[in-house]
Amino acid sequence: MINNIIVAIIAIIAAPIIGGILSGIDRKISARLQNRYGPPVLQPFYDFFKLLGKQRITVNQTQMVYVLGHLFFAIASLVMLVLGQDLLMLIFVLAFSGISLIMGAMSVRSPYSKIGAQREIMQMLAYEPVLLLMVVGIYLTTKSFMINSIFKHETPLIYSLPLVFFAFLYVLTIKLRKSPFDFSTSHHGHQELIKGLTTEFSGPQLALIELTHWYDLVLLLGLISLFFANPIWVGILIALGSFFLELIIDNISARVTWKWMLKATWLIGIGAAMTNIIWLYLKA
Amino acid sequence: MGIINKSRIKSPWVIHYDCTSCNGCDIETLACLTPLYDVERFGIINVGNPKHADVLVVTGSVNKRNVRVLMNIYNQMPEPKAVVAVGACACTGGIFKECYNVLGGVDNVLPVDVYVPGCCPRPEAIIDGIVLAMAKMEEKAKDMKNTSDKATELKPGDEKKSAG
Repeated sequence: MINNIIVAIIAIIAAPIIGGILSGIDRKISARLQNRYGPPVLQPFYDFFKLLGKQRITVNQTQMVYVLGHLFFAIASLVMLVLGQDLLMLIFVLAFSGISLIMGAMSVRSPYSKIGAQREIMQMLAYEPVLLLMVVGIYLTTKSFMINSIFKHETPLIYSLPLVFFAFLYVLTIKLRKSPFDFSTSHHGHQELIKGLTTEFSGPQLALIELTHWYDLVLLLGLISLFFANPIWVGILIALGSFFLELIIDNISARVTWKWMLKATWLIGIGAAMTNIIWLYLKA
Repeated sequence: MGIINKSRIKSPWVIHYDCTSCNGCDIETLACLTPLYDVERFGIINVGNPKHADVLVVTGSVNKRNVRVLMNIYNQMPEPKAVVAVGACACTGGIFKECYNVLGGVDNVLPVDVYVPGCCPRPEAIIDGIVLAMAKMEEKAKDMKNTSDKATELKPGDEKKSAG
């Protein structure tokens, strides 16, 4: 029990540091890919602390509650991951985190914020089924929803779930809000939607959203490494490799429309995951 | 110097507003974002959203129509914030100073922190101006604490009556 608490505390402290450095490396590599020098690797931390020191402007009283909900549900799902808890529950808690942000963006009257929130709903509509199918696939392989049982399984999950892994990589781009699926916040464009979902969040609230993004990043990379456990270090290396792949995709692709995303994700993502699961049934 | 103050200098997010500029200064401002000058190495990002911005970069002289828009943008920015006037028109009104509809430079309307002269200024000068504005942030943050957390909201009509 004490052990669990210590592991959880280490994860809560270490995750934002790792996530922040990863997004710093993200910006540096993106800059190099565009033939620029790029910001320092610690730039996300500078942004974070600067935002904390800005004036507190809230549009309404409930906005901060939703931002905190967004953060705490993300932390909760990370803690569930490091403690090896129920994977199905983890996905649901993660969905709550996303919904909190959508509620926060919907609670203000700015049309940009609302359009961003609606696009975020479309994104959730696209990736949630794939995440659930991933959990189903893992259940069929290990006969348990617990993450601990993945580590006890003799062979890495990738041998029985290659297509599910592919589908998960696909939705990772949506979840990380990378191009071609960055239309809910327009991460690089800044123009047609202002900042979409986060338009009405400023100062400390935006800092907390950024912090949550770092937690999400670590959590998702952790989920990738599950496919290659154990040994866990192989999983971590593959996760970093996938992150680099996401950067390349982010830099070489243009933004698509939500209709295209929904069609493509349901067709490719659900298609690949379902094929894999049917294959598991036939094999058994 | 606390970590927040240190971070303030290293992460200026810029919102760029074109008053009645001829677009010469705007092109030079956007040239700062290109790989040749790459302002992101100073942490400068061009955000399109006043609620995320620290520095308001204004090009062109202010006239009676756009003063409302300019003030609206300025008022939406959270403290501490800085204003950089880029180009001769934004600094003084430039060649449009005597026009019947022009109020003059940006300093007739907003408290300008840094003037970047030139017609049009070189991208190096603009980058230097924004970095200078960030150096002033520490002082501004102190002022912000002294005057509690309330920003002073400017309204159209508050502007000084120009001598012209």
